Amino acid sequence: MAKEVRLWEGNHLVAEAAILAGCRFFAGYPITPSSEIAEYMAVRLPQVGGTFIQMEDEIASMGAIIGASLAGVKSMTATSGPGFSLKQENLGYACMAEIPVVVVDVMRGGPSTGLPTHPSQMDVMQARWGTHGDHWIIALAPAFIHEIFWATVRAFNLSEKLRIPVILLLDEILAHMHEGFRLPDSSEIEIVDRAKPTVPPDRYFPYDESQGDVPPLAAFFSGYRFNITGLNHDKSGFPTTNPEIIQRDMERQRRKIERHLDEILWWDEHELEGAELAVIAYGSIGRSAHAAVDRARALGIRAGLFRPITLWPFPEKRVAALAEQVRTILVPEMNMGQLVLEVERVAAGRCDVVPLGKVGGIPIDPPEILEAIKARV
Amino acid sequence: MAETRVQEGKAAGAVEQPSPGKSLPRIEVIADFCKGCEICVVMCPRNVLEMRADPSRWVGSVVAVVRPEACTRCMLCEVHCPDFAIKVF
Amino acid sequence: MAFDYEKYLRMERMPHMWCPGCGIGIVVKAMLRAIEKMGWSQDDVAVVSGIGCTSRTPGYLDFNTLHTTHGRALAFATGLKLARPDKHVIVISGDGDAAAIGGNHFLHACRRNIDITLIVVNNYIYGMTGGQASPTTPFGMRASTAPYGAVDPAMDICQVAIAAGATYVARGTVAQGLLLERYILNGLKHKGFSVIEAMSDCPVQYGRRNRMSSAVEMIQWIRDHGVPVTRAKELPPEELEGKFVTGELHVAERPEYTEEYRRLIEKAQKAAEGAHG
Repeated sequence: MAKEVRLWEGNHLVAEAAILAGCRFFAGYPITPSSEIAEYMAVRLPQVGGTFIQMEDEIASMGAIIGASLAGVKSMTATSGPGFSLKQENLGYACMAEIPVVVVDVMRGGPSTGLPTHPSQMDVMQARWGTHGDHWIIALAPAFIHEIFWATVRAFNLSEKLRIPVILLLDEILAHMHEGFRLPDSSEIEIVDRAKPTVPPDRYFPYDESQGDVPPLAAFFSGYRFNITGLNHDKSGFPTTNPEIIQRDMERQRRKIERHLDEILWWDEHELEGAELAVIAYGSIGRSAHAAVDRARALGIRAGLFRPITLWPFPEKRVAALAEQVRTILVPEMNMGQLVLEVERVAAGRCDVVPLGKVGGIPIDPPEILEAIKARV
Repeated sequence: MAETRVQEGKAAGAVEQPSPGKSLPRIEVIADFCKGCEICVVMCPRNVLEMRADPSRWVGSVVAVVRPEACTRCMLCEVHCPDFAIKVF
Repeated sequence: MAFDYEKYLRMERMPHMWCPGCGIGIVVKAMLRAIEKMGWSQDDVAVVSGIGCTSRTPGYLDFNTLHTTHGRALAFATGLKLARPDKHVIVISGDGDAAAIGGNHFLHACRRNIDITLIVVNNYIYGMTGGQASPTTPFGMRASTAPYGAVDPAMDICQVAIAAGATYVARGTVAQGLLLERYILNGLKHKGFSVIEAMSDCPVQYGRRNRMSSAVEMIQWIRDHGVPVTRAKELPPEELEGKFVTGELHVAERPEYTEEYRRLIEKAQKAAEGAHG
């Protein structure tokens, strides 16, 4: 394929990036505004010998990608709000059983059917806490076409490396936006594959802590016969109700995140040096905030932008340091205040935290953010 | 459409008579697995098995082989033991 | 000669958790004998289940085993089979798991005719959760959520499977373990989606509420209520009231899903080459 700069739609680029990252199985269900990902996969996956399947519902799509991943095939599904709700059941299974999968959620207005063709950022908290029970998860929210590409590759790499589901949070703007991008050669892309067991089958346990915080996951049909369950399990993957084993296992799962923060956390900073007001914005609103900060600087206002790409785990340390530095943190987002709750928690009263929530399917534009900045300095 | 006419039991061989010229069947009961459901006793066409009360067990009884000489190795007890507790050799 | 079930069991996990007289063990044994007859390597077989009593089966079996979420076993199994069409995927499910919460996945697995064998252990009840009515609880029979008798008409799982497009559909019973083995074996041999319904007993949750508190009574009830398919054809409908039809109910030939997808890949690759050439 000729590698030249061409216009890419966000949804299409997610799909192409996934294929370059090694994805060879996609199961999906039609839902606006994510359907172009499935449509693109339906064309491209068989060309590279992979499999696309349109399942009977969102729940089944999530189940199918876990099944395919267990057979050792990198797998993905894509959906939007209402479908993301349905995926939560088996997303929890992937958390509990520690199966690598990538789930794209193109955020639209909600709750319920909401605003199918309009953007929102209302699934931020659902991405973290959507499935029941304690669990750990990674969510990435890119803001530009090139970032969509690298975030998709990173989603697969983190998922494979850490045996954890990774959620790619887009919104309708990014999904349907076109920007120029040169598709990298495969030699320019670092691809991570899950660790395979080095022990013989009779000594293999899929949750063996002695093999590290991320025990290797053997593929089904590879000569390692083992059990996978959504019940709490011991190291061998069989159900247990032993409180000590469960405690240790959950702590190991938490460590998977805590000990790999350097690799997981990803953000962008703009004009934060000397800033007395920081805007924290992500996804498409991160773009508006970037423009607003530039205009504020032109007016002599000492504003800066912190744009997290990794939303979960939340970049606590950096935000805490910002809260020490600035007088105000402004959090514009297309919801009634979700990530701002996390900012407030981390800032812990060290600075003012101001939400700027907007719903109704219209993005927050740079003048609105600029006005909010001006009102605070 | 292949409806099968084979009746249970006959499918496995001679129910009526012990096979001549063969050693006597050996029926092994894995007592730890037996939950005393009695299915094997009613499945056996030749009354080889019987339940024995055993108050030491939570299920209260365990299967016993009382007429091994009548066994024809029809395997119905083994096939229908849900607990993998009976084996016919 | 005794069958070597131990070859396929995770003996360190035995004895199993099922209640005295529960028919699931009889079905599992029939399945293991059928697998043995197929001559498959244990490494090449996956057994997938959902949630419920029957769905605890995989934990006892020495294959690639996957215990999934309630009703979703066929969805996981579809992913597994599509990722490795050369391997053998068996799903074992209860009546509630397959026909209620998993009903949609059941319909569409039948429709796709994917080469998976589904064994449904139908014991008319939700056993694990305490004897609630299931989609197959016969009309008028009692359950913990049907204390005055079920008012919902029961679903005929095999008829649904046939209508939805499954290409091998058979119904056996735990009272006839050897016939059941034959149906499972034919299902495993069959290229396409095969459904084997095993009418089974739950003396603890179902029988006890319906004047059959022992396994023996329940097994006799099952034996008395099954009508072989050839005989059923000769009987007037009123004589089949409250009975179920046993035997191989439907065998058909239709393109199998993973083979069709392999052809699709060839087509897509040829078209892509053409576009670049």
